[in-house]
Amino acid sequence: MLGNLLLVFREVLEAALIISIVAAATRGVPTRGLWIGAGIALGLVGAAVVAAFAGAIGDSMSGMGQEWFNAGVLLAAVVMISWHVVWMARHSRELSMQMKAVGTAVSQGSRPMTALLVVVALAVLREGSEVVLFGYGLMASGASMASLVGGGLIGLALGVAVGLALYFGLLKIPVRHFFSATNALLVLLAAGLASSAAGKLVQADVLPTLVDPLWDSSWLLTDESVVGNMMHVLVGYTAQPSGMQLVFYAATVVLLLIGMRLSGAPAPAKAAQSPAPRALA
Amino acid sequence: MRRFLLPALLALALPAIAVPALAADAKEYTLTLRKNRFVPAQLTVPANTKVKLIIVNEDSTPEEFESHELNREKIVMGKGKITVWVGPLKPGRYPFFGEFHMDTAQGVLIAK
Repeated sequence: MLGNLLLVFREVLEAALIISIVAAATRGVPTRGLWIGAGIALGLVGAAVVAAFAGAIGDSMSGMGQEWFNAGVLLAAVVMISWHVVWMARHSRELSMQMKAVGTAVSQGSRPMTALLVVVALAVLREGSEVVLFGYGLMASGASMASLVGGGLIGLALGVAVGLALYFGLLKIPVRHFFSATNALLVLLAAGLASSAAGKLVQADVLPTLVDPLWDSSWLLTDESVVGNMMHVLVGYTAQPSGMQLVFYAATVVLLLIGMRLSGAPAPAKAAQSPAPRALA
Repeated sequence: MRRFLLPALLALALPAIAVPALAADAKEYTLTLRKNRFVPAQLTVPANTKVKLIIVNEDSTPEEFESHELNREKIVMGKGKITVWVGPLKPGRYPFFGEFHMDTAQGVLIAK
């Protein structure tokens, strides 16, 4: 039962942290609950579908289909986060001055909420499909339903609790800095996902490692610890990353910072007196 | 903003297409999953060269082969078979495990 609990907790934790960041980043959007709920629902359906076709996915691409699929899912999330972050940079001024503006932008249909819906759905899909396969295996091997459901539910509750803690922690950030903070978190999240994608492509043997490992910080923080797990989601921490992972990580951060700066640069007439780059997180 | 994003993403995606597969004549080793255990639980492979691991799952339930030290994570379906490339590895011990049965599915790769 403890094993079930830990596995479910780990997977739920990863999705829950991502959902928390998205929930914080969409603070003030009146319909965000619907968007996030729809993202979770789509993700759950996707997880079941992916689990059902896991064999076929894995056998494709000369046996490297799993790696390609995961890399694709991760990079799609990176694209969606990038889209949102760059959009936010353009509107950061209004947003920090008045939370209401976000709602207005959404009702005008200009804020890319679909992007964040996809981010949530992909996170749930990725982690959920593993839980489904794990649970299926347990049921097929005749494990007791009580241990399965009990462990699963406690793991789920713990994962959600950590996600909520992060969310309410983020809400304590002063409004003035709030969207800079959530934007910075989204940039790091995107970079971490890009780094994971690089890891998958290295595993598929289509990218070289460059250096492997680039460093080993497992003496400080192991990947399997809960904190290591959280840092993995939040900032892309890996105890033994390859050089290629760092390249993807750094490229994502740099490109997003440039994208945010450029998108924030063409100042609306009203804001022309302020030369400060307000786009950077 | 779009005009910036697209090249950015292309830059990320291009190396994946451009770099050809690197493994031509690597040594092959087989790990078998039987009753949620790895057989053999300890496998010695040559260091400093690329190695092809074939993981055969004789059980009827899925397993996830995972190793933090090797930076690998891959699901192998029940009665399924996967290929995992590792290395070139520095000499040393590289523990791996089956994430779905962590109490039994434990093993170690030794690179010499």
